[in-house]
This record gives sequence, structure tokens and C-alpha cells, in this order.
Amino acid sequence: MTLLTIDKQNWTKGLTAAADQYQLFGPVKDKDQHQFKALTKGQVPDLDLVNTRLSPKDLIFPQSETIIEYSLDESQADHHIMKEAAKDYSPRAVVGIRPCDAKAVQLVKLNFDAPDVKDPYWLQAYEATTFIGMACDAPLSTCFCTSAGCGPYNAEGLDILMMDQGENYLAKVLTDKGQAFADAAGWNQATPEAADAFMAAKDAAEAKIVSTISTDNLVDTDLLELHGASFWDDVAFACLNCGTCTFSCPTCWCFDLQDEVHGKSGVRMKNWDSCMFPIFTVHTTGHNPRETKTQRVRQRFMHKLKYFVDKYQTGIMCVGCGRCVRQCPVNIDIRRVCALMNSFKPADACAAQG
Amino acid sequence: MSEYTEKMRQIAGRLLKDCTVEMVIGFRKGTMPMMNEPCFVTAPEDADSLVWDSNCGINLANYLTNRKEKIAVFAKGCDSRNIVNHIVENKIQRDQLHIIGVPCTGMIDKRKIHGMVDGEILEVTETEETVKVRTADAETLLDKKEVLQNNCALCIHRNPVISDEMLADPVEEQTDIDRYADVRKIEEMGDEEKWQLFEDLLAPCIRCYACRNACPLCYCPTCFVDESKPQWVGKGQDPIDIRTFHFLRAYHCAGRCTDCGACQRACPVGIDMRLLTRKLEKDCQEQFGWEAGLSLDSRPALDVYQTNDPEAFIK
Repeated sequence: MTLLTIDKQNWTKGLTAAADQYQLFGPVKDKDQHQFKALTKGQVPDLDLVNTRLSPKDLIFPQSETIIEYSLDESQADHHIMKEAAKDYSPRAVVGIRPCDAKAVQLVKLNFDAPDVKDPYWLQAYEATTFIGMACDAPLSTCFCTSAGCGPYNAEGLDILMMDQGENYLAKVLTDKGQAFADAAGWNQATPEAADAFMAAKDAAEAKIVSTISTDNLVDTDLLELHGASFWDDVAFACLNCGTCTFSCPTCWCFDLQDEVHGKSGVRMKNWDSCMFPIFTVHTTGHNPRETKTQRVRQRFMHKLKYFVDKYQTGIMCVGCGRCVRQCPVNIDIRRVCALMNSFKPADACAAQG
Repeated sequence: MSEYTEKMRQIAGRLLKDCTVEMVIGFRKGTMPMMNEPCFVTAPEDADSLVWDSNCGINLANYLTNRKEKIAVFAKGCDSRNIVNHIVENKIQRDQLHIIGVPCTGMIDKRKIHGMVDGEILEVTETEETVKVRTADAETLLDKKEVLQNNCALCIHRNPVISDEMLADPVEEQTDIDRYADVRKIEEMGDEEKWQLFEDLLAPCIRCYACRNACPLCYCPTCFVDESKPQWVGKGQDPIDIRTFHFLRAYHCAGRCTDCGACQRACPVGIDMRLLTRKLEKDCQEQFGWEAGLSLDSRPALDVYQTNDPEAFIK
């Protein structure tokens, strides 16, 4: 691990140099909100931001991604042959990703890079990406990362972690990928003596997180008892079953495969899907095992706070970014639901499993 | 605690205690500034969780669809008109409902307020005329009239059109409101300009369907965008599919929309899809003299045939 100082006066120059070898992405202001976008050469990311409205998960897991192409034109020799769609997996870097969003990529990776099943589209995009994180010194009141297994200076999933020191950035190079990017950007002013400043800034930033959740009882709570708890109807009542929470969530990974044919050519697409949508679980018979709103809402929270916890033993499937809290149109708050789940005692459980 | 809140709790407690209804649908205090959460109460002692302020913009008629219980529901002017729609369209029966009318002076637009202050908003409090916004660094006092949701600023039915009891005396209705100035401006545009406007309007859409799902009119068991046999619309982010969704959804609401603003309020990316529904509302008014949800005794404009129809082809 190396600590580098980057003079802000050289910031644009460094990024422009790196852009010769990497396609750069970063937060830019779009109307009233920041969004992660591809940066044009010479364009610098706007790092003076709070969490973006949507997470940058779409840089690796696009909302709509063509994965296969085919022709239905029988006069063509290759008609009805499925072919992998051409993709650009040349090196890319996300500059200014928040630690919460970077950690979220690691949680999503558990699904797309499982020991037995690999998603080639996600993995190739992931491997092509270098993650240049920006530590978070100005959290929102809805940020609860420190109690969700993350933190404003959390380095998991990052290749470089930068912090703002006013006149310059301090960059912690964490991986070989990070070193390669630093070399491409010409960042080479080593300042090992700044380690203490980094630690102090980390402590100060963590102290600014005012919102917390408790998750200590989730592992030991009986899954079926929790599933049958009496509070789910109350939790779910307001829910509109829209996809805002799942689409804005950096850790939600569900997708749907769709074939779309136009004239004689067709594509197979991978589109974001949402467990909030009734058709998410409809079988071809017409039967829907999650027919009610309560079942769908319960699924979302049980997946994040219980099934995932039990299956991977790496904590909850949430990094505390607070996006779903801020954007839910009816104010369903995962912190409140987590408190209900974590304090649940089976004696409260309803006998019926619903 | 507002006067409305206090009265609401009393009424809800009474209706549950004397078994007039099985459940009361209202709002409880949200965890975020300018947010309340729709909720139901079934026990008289829980009535104290109910609240009312200018953050109750979600349309509660949406929570009545196909319910079987005997329900008391708090209804602003727009909610009451959607309840009328629901009854006329058989989504709930009149005798299942105990409607508590809530005279309304408008709901505040959190997106507008976010745009007016710097920094994260930590607390918002209100009086009848003002809204006080607190951030870490400052307190800003705003005139409530200036920060109303656009549909509330244009509202001409603030008082419920149907109720079993009223929470308070009716408020004064707004008059001399030009509801369609922006729609007329679009009508006057050339094709290209119009197209550009729609493209820009819908470009941020992420197809979460919050607009559709917040809308009390959108109760189809399977929405046309979710049909797979046949599949009318692609499910990706193709702009053509996104536009198809918004335009068709708006048409499904023609002659039924009360401009409650729930769609725009729910949208996480701030799209004003009311531009589409208000054009249809304007057409219904101009061509059929029709305003949705005002009476239990008439069918929606596009649901009836009348011999005095102004269209020549139909005669």
C-alpha cells in the first residue's frame, strides 16, 4: 500500500493522461442531482457531491444490456445462430465512487461470481474496471454505513481510496490495478508520513454518521418464525410495489432476460428486474407464489437482512447508503424494518405462515 | 400537533371503538422531513399514530382498491374525487366506506423545497401560511403558497366532493386559476419542438413504475406493459418503449384523472408526467364539459354515449 499526494492543480492533467489508457466514468451534475456518467476527454468528475440518486452499479450491470444478437433472415447463412454481442471491455475507471457503492459491488459479486455459476457479462465488465474511491466526509443524515458493515473510509472493493485535503488529494493505492492507474495518471508523489492524517480523517468522518441500525440478532433468529412475524402487513401497507428501492439500491442484482425482435433481427437483453413487481415471480402456469404485496415486501427485506445473512455469512445485503430511505415515495424505511426484524421475538410470531 | 391531527385521532378512535369500521386509513409520521407514510389502524388505542400536515400528498384512494373491509378513510378534495371514481368503476362499494372529508389548502413539494435551500434538509415545520426549513447551517422561512405541489397550486376542488363527516369547515376554493397555461403553450409548438419536449421530459425515466403504482386509476390486474402474450412493449430502456408506456398510461387515465399529483410526487427522478394527463383533462373539459370524479351519478366521459355528442361522425 502506498500513500500518494495529488496536487489539485495537477488533477485534471492526471485524469487527462489516464484517459489515454482508460475510459473514465465519474459523477457529474445533471439538473438537480449527480449521476455517474462517461467522462469526455478533459472533463473532470464533480466530487463535491452527496450520494448520487442512482448508484453506479449500472456501469457494470447496465439497466438494459444486449448480450446476444441473432438474425431470423433465412437467406443469411448464419440465421438463427445466437452470437455474443460485441462489447467494449477495454480498461475503464470509475473516479469518485463512494466507499458504500464500492463495497456494494463486492456484495453483488457474490451473486455474479459464485463458485458454481459465473456471469460472463458482469465479470468481464468488473474485471475491466478500476475503482477510484472518494472517501466521504459529508454524509447525509440517512447514511448508516458504519452499522451496515461499511464506512465513509471503507476500502473494500476499491483500488485507490482518496481523501480530500483541501489543496490536494491524498490517495491510498490499495491494489496493483490501482498502482497501474496511478502510473497512467502520473501520480507518484509518495507521502508515507500522511498515514496518520488519513486515520484521523477516517475517525472524524465515522463520527459524523448519525444514523445506525442493529443487526446483531438477525443470524440467530429463526427464519420461518421471522417469515411469519405479525408486522409484515403493517410494514407493507403503504408500499406501491414500484421499483424505486430496488433500482436505486447498489446491492440489488436481480435481472430478467428478454428477447426483442425487430424485423428479421433479434437481440437477447438482460434488464434490471425487481422483486417488488408482481410479474417478477409469475410462473408460466399463471400461478404466482408471491401474489400479495406483503409477500413481495417481506421478500425484499428478508433477502437483504436474513436470507443473505444466513447464506453468505458476511453480514447484511445493504451498505447503508440510504438511497431507498430517501427515495421511497411512501417512506418505507429499511432502518425501521431492520429494527423490527432485529428485535423480533418468536413469541410475537403469528401462527400462520402466510 | 395540528388541529387536524387531534381531530383525526378522535374520529378514528370513535369509529373503531363503536365498530362503525374495521380499519381506518390515514397517514403516520414519516422518518424523513416532508414525508408521511400511508398506514392503517385497526385498534382504537393506535389511533394516536395518525397525523396530518402538508406532507400527505399520496392519494389514499389508491389503498381502497378491491378491499373487502368496512373502512374509514381520510380524503382531501382529490382523494374524494378518486373515491368517487373507484365507486363508479366498482373498485369499492359506497356502503363499505366511511369518508372523512379533509378540507385541504395544498401539499408542499419537497423537490421544490430541496431546490430552494443549500445543504441537506434536516427538519421542516409548518404553520398555516409558512414552512420553516432547517439545514445544518441555516433556517429558511418560506411562504407555503410558493412551495405547493403544482397540482395543488392549480387545484379548484380543495374540499371533498363526497363525505360522511367533515374534519373541519370547508376551505375557500381557489378561483381565477388558469389550469392549462403550460398545456396551451405546448399545443402551440411545432411538431419538432413538441417531440423534443417529450423526449427531454421522459429521458430520465428508469421505468420503476412509481407513477403508475401511485395512481389510483391504475388498478389493472396486469398492466399492458407487463403483458407477455402478446408483449406490447419492450422491457428495456429503449426510449420508444419508455414513451409508449407514458403516453398509453396517460390515455388510460383520460376522463378519469383528477390531477391529484400522486404520479409526479412519487417519481424518483422528477418527471412531470402531469403535462400529459392535464392535456387530456383539458380536452375532456373542452369537448365534453367533463370533470372527473365529481358525481356518483355519471359515468366518465369516455365511458358513455350521448345523443348530443359533439362529434359528427358518431351521429
